Amino acid sequence: MKRPLPGLILTVTRLSVMGLGVTILSTTILGMTTMDGRACAVDTPSEMLANAAQEHRAERLGGQLRCLVCQNESIEDSSAPLARDLRRLVREQIVSGQSDAQILRWMTDRYGAFIRLSPPLSATTALLWFMPVLAVSAGFLLAWRSLRPNLRPGFRPDTGSDAHPDARHGAIDLTEDERCRLAVMMQEEAGNNAKDRKRS
Amino acid sequence: MNPDRRYIATALPVLGAGVLGIGFWRMLHGLRNGGFNPHAVHTPHVGRPIPAFTLPGLPDLGGGFSSQELHDQPRPVLVNFFASWCAPCVEEMPGLRAIARDLPLWGIAYKDGPEDASSFVRRDGSPYARVGADRTGRVAIEWGVTGVPESFLVAPKGRILWHSAAGLNPQIVDSDIRPHLSSLR
Repeated sequence: MKRPLPGLILTVTRLSVMGLGVTILSTTILGMTTMDGRACAVDTPSEMLANAAQEHRAERLGGQLRCLVCQNESIEDSSAPLARDLRRLVREQIVSGQSDAQILRWMTDRYGAFIRLSPPLSATTALLWFMPVLAVSAGFLLAWRSLRPNLRPGFRPDTGSDAHPDARHGAIDLTEDERCRLAVMMQEEAGNNAKDRKRS
Repeated sequence: MNPDRRYIATALPVLGAGVLGIGFWRMLHGLRNGGFNPHAVHTPHVGRPIPAFTLPGLPDLGGGFSSQELHDQPRPVLVNFFASWCAPCVEEMPGLRAIARDLPLWGIAYKDGPEDASSFVRRDGSPYARVGADRTGRVAIEWGVTGVPESFLVAPKGRILWHSAAGLNPQIVDSDIRPHLSSLR
């Protein structure tokens, strides 16, 4: 091994990768739960349709449409005047017998795909849709690569004639010079320990 | 892990964080100089024909207009949605008067009382050649308007060339609208 990296950097790197994984996972879970969240009712009961099935359809459709004034709220959740107008238009169109697809089309014709809180899958939104899968699989790949048992540096499983006899038992293969230096270091260490014991 | 791999394992997240950082910095920088606007309109209307509508006029400001009249204009027309209750609309008024000197400007009062809209437009002299009143905001939705002020450049035969949700001023006309006008000639 040439220059070992400081352990701190590696630890920080691993922690940040783990943190990223946790963030992505929690965002995904949060996204799933909020997407499932029931849309709130409209401002006043007079806005609601008398037919419960039609009103349910209107709320479900409205929950998929972005309020363009508050941007992160659906038109069912928002109390902005434009959201109220769009809620009314959704209900008018349901009563006049338009299908869900026709109503969504009507909205995107006027406000673009941006009005849909979950944008339709297309070439431009493919990365957006597949990012969670990509991120999670990248995380798994990274985890698998860093958690699999490491081979110690210097370990040589080959037992060819040029290898040191000890290498057969998995010992570190040292050169004659390295053995010398190791012996000196171990002697010094033993001497230091002896001094420490005397002092205490 | 051998040392080269360790460097790669360290460099990749650092590089990723660096790229993200530069991206965020660019977004924030763009927010300040106007290069990036998360509230920008995502208009599907540019290149399309104007929607069909007929609007009544405002008191003392003539008889309103219809999509057919806009369609039949021989010159490009700038259509401006405004309201007397909207502060940026008050702010853009002097600019609109300057713009209207060499470009036909038609106004649509969005969700405004006829009397309020009329006195607002006439207070310092109307910049609009024609004014229509969209009391319910229903016509604005057909145009894909999300608020006021918003402006559209409409070519002869009713094709929309340009759309902006920012207040108008002569600088925007020079930088954004003139190129469209010269491409028409």
